[in-house]
Amino acid sequence: MSELKLMKGNEALAEAAIRVGADAYFGYPITPQSEVLEYLSREAHARTGMVVLQAESEVASINMVYGAAGTGKKVFTSSSSPGMSLMQEGISYIACAELPCLLVNVNRGGPGLGTIQPGQGDYFQSVKGGGHGDYKMIVLAPSTVQEMADFVKLGFELAYKYRNPILILTDGALGQMMEKVELFSQQDRTFEDLGWNIIGRSNGRDSNVITSLHLKADKMEEINIRLQKKYNEMRKNEVRYETVNCDDADYIIVAYGLVARICQKSAQLARDKGLKVGVIRPITLFPYPEEVINNYADKVKGMFVVEMNAGQMLEDVKLSVNGKVPVEFHGRMGGVVPQPEEILEKLEEKLLGGSK
Amino acid sequence: MNEKRMLDDQHFEQMIEEESICTTDNKVYEAPLDALYDTAMHYCPGCGHGVVHRILAEVIEEMGIIKDIIGVAPVGCSVLAYNYLNIDMSEAAHGRASAAATGIKRVLPEKYVFSYQGDGDLAAIGTGETIHTCNRGENILILFINNGIYGMTGGQMAPTTLPGMKSTTSPFGRDVETMGAPLKITDLVAQLPGTAYVTRQSVHKPGNVRKTKKAIQKALEYQKNGDGGTCFVEVVSNCPSNWKMTPVQSNKWMEENMLPFYPLGDLKKPNGKEK
Amino acid sequence: MAKVKGDIIIDIEKCKGCELCIEACSQKSLETSRQVNQKGYLYIVKIEDNCTGCTNCALVCPEGAITVYRKTDKSKKQVAKITNITKDTTVTVNE
Repeated sequence: MSELKLMKGNEALAEAAIRVGADAYFGYPITPQSEVLEYLSREAHARTGMVVLQAESEVASINMVYGAAGTGKKVFTSSSSPGMSLMQEGISYIACAELPCLLVNVNRGGPGLGTIQPGQGDYFQSVKGGGHGDYKMIVLAPSTVQEMADFVKLGFELAYKYRNPILILTDGALGQMMEKVELFSQQDRTFEDLGWNIIGRSNGRDSNVITSLHLKADKMEEINIRLQKKYNEMRKNEVRYETVNCDDADYIIVAYGLVARICQKSAQLARDKGLKVGVIRPITLFPYPEEVINNYADKVKGMFVVEMNAGQMLEDVKLSVNGKVPVEFHGRMGGVVPQPEEILEKLEEKLLGGSK
Repeated sequence: MNEKRMLDDQHFEQMIEEESICTTDNKVYEAPLDALYDTAMHYCPGCGHGVVHRILAEVIEEMGIIKDIIGVAPVGCSVLAYNYLNIDMSEAAHGRASAAATGIKRVLPEKYVFSYQGDGDLAAIGTGETIHTCNRGENILILFINNGIYGMTGGQMAPTTLPGMKSTTSPFGRDVETMGAPLKITDLVAQLPGTAYVTRQSVHKPGNVRKTKKAIQKALEYQKNGDGGTCFVEVVSNCPSNWKMTPVQSNKWMEENMLPFYPLGDLKKPNGKEK
Repeated sequence: MAKVKGDIIIDIEKCKGCELCIEACSQKSLETSRQVNQKGYLYIVKIEDNCTGCTNCALVCPEGAITVYRKTDKSKKQVAKITNITKDTTVTVNE
C-alpha cells in the first residue's frame, strides 16, 4: 500500500531504503546529506532491524559496505562530494569484486572543500570511473524527490541483477528540498545463499572468497574482459532517459538531475517566444543514452548542454552527436544554480548567434 | 655422522617399511586437513605466517566452526591467506580489514569474524580503523602479525620497526628523532574500553606456538559468548628475508631484540581486568 | 624405563628447509638433506632413530609439513581406576 508524504529528498531516500528492506547502512556525516544518516539512526533499526552505523570516516564506511556486501546482504552508504572522493578506492574494489550495493552522492560544489550548495562537478568521477582501473557503475540521476525514493528500489534491483555497485548521483538541492512523494509499501528483509557470498563455508563446498586481487596478468585480464562484457550488457539493457517536446524541436537542451527541471522551464519560455526547444534528460548517466541523442541530432539544428559544472556531460553529448550539429554549453559552478531565463538567453546567444 | 648424512630417500623409505610406527592409530599430530588447504604456501622459508595460519585452522577445526567463521585478509604478505585457509574470506583494501570485518559482523552477528593483519596494514595505514573498531568494541578477533617491517613490498620501515633497525627506507637504522618511535599499538588498544582481551604472543618456539593457539581459541570463545568486545591477539613474528637472516637467526634476533621491546603476555583479560 | 617411540613423516615437497624444526628438536634427530625438492629447497630429513614423537618440530613448522606418530607403550599396565564427579582417571605404571 503506497503512502503520500511531504519529505526532503534525503529523507525520502532514507525512508525508501527502510521500505525496500535494506539490511545495513554505514555512513559518515557530511553536508548536504547528513539527513540520510540522521533519519536512519532515528527510524531504521526499530522498524526493520536494519543495521545503522556511523563510521569514523568515509574510508571506513565504504569498507564496511565492502565487507557487508560480500555477505550478500542489502547494504548502502551515502555521502557528498569530498566524502565520495575518499570512497573511490573502496568503490574500485567493490566493482572488481563484483559486490552488489547502493551508493549515493549528494553532489555539492567543488573542487576542494568547495561549498555546501548543489553542484554537478562529480559527473566525471561518477561515470568515467573515479577510482583506479577500468570499472563502471550504473549511475542514476534523479530530478525529483519522488525519484530519490524510487531509485533506491531500482538501484538495489540493478545491483543484484548485475552484482555491481549502483550510484545515485543527486545534488544538494534535491537532497534538501521538500516535495510530495508517493512511498511504496514496506518490503520484508530477505536473505539467501547466493552461491558466491561469504556466509561461512557450508558443507560440501570449498570456501567462497571475495577478492579483487589476481596476481597473474592473464587472469586479471580475464576478469577485466568479464567485467567489460557485463558493462556492455548494461549499455544494452539499462539506458534510461526522458524526452520532453523533442519530436518537433529545432533545438534540444540536454541536462540531468535538478538542472533538467530548470531547463524544462527554459524550453517552455522558448516555446512562448515561438522557438521550438525540447529537453532530453538522461536518467542513467552510465549507460549514457548515446543513441537517442545521436538520432535527435539528425532532426535538430543544434544541441545545448546545461550543467552545474564546467562542462563534463558535455563531452558525452558531443561524442553522441558526433559532429552532426553544433553543441553549445552553459554551466554554472561552485554551487550556483542557473535560472530558466539565463539558460534561454545563453541558448539564443550561443546557438542562434543573436539576441544579445 | 657423515654416513648418516648420506642417508638417501630410498634408504629412508626402506627404514619406514621395516618397522614403521607411522599408522593412523599412532598419529599424534597432523596439519589440519579441512580448514587448511593441502598446498604449499608462498611464504618465505621460516616465516611465521605459516605457523599462525596452521594453528588458526587447528582452532577452527577443533571448535567445529568452519561453517560459522568468516575471515578478512589484509594487504601485505598474507594477502593470499584465503588461498591457504579453506574458510569463507574477504580480501580487504590496505588497512581496512577491521572495517570490512565490522561490516560482516554487523550483518551476520551470529558468525565468528576475524581480521588477519600485518603491522603496516594495521598500525600505519589502518590505524584509524583499528582504533575505532576496538573503541566500538566490535565483537571480532583481530589477529595482528608484527614483524617490524613491510615484507611484501620488500623490507621498508614499518610503524613497528625497532629504533636503530635497518630497513630499505631506514638504511642507516631507524632514527627516532626524525622517523618517530615504534608504535606499540597493542598497548594502545588495551587502554580502550571496547577491547575485551588483548594479548601478545609469538610462534618462534613450540611452547609459544601452543600459547598462541590457546590465545586464538580463547579469543574466539569470548567472541562466541559476546560479553566483552574486541579481542586483539598480536603475534610478534619474524621476517628472515627482509631482516636478511636465516630463519633460525631471525628467531634468535627476534627473541633478543623484538621481545624486550614487545614483551609477551596478556595485556588485558575480559571484564576489564588488566594484567 | 620404557622408552617412548616416535616417528615423523615430512612432506618434502612442502618443506622449504628453514631448519626451524632442527632447532626445535631436542633429540637432534633432524638434518638438512643434500637433495633438493621440486621447488629447489634442501629439505629436512630424520637421520636418527631416537624420535620421541614430542611434536615440537611439527609445531614450529611454518609449512605444516610434518606429521608425528607416537607408539603407545604396551608394557604399561593399569593399576587403578579413580572415579570422581568430572571424569574417570586411569593410572598406569611401567612394569
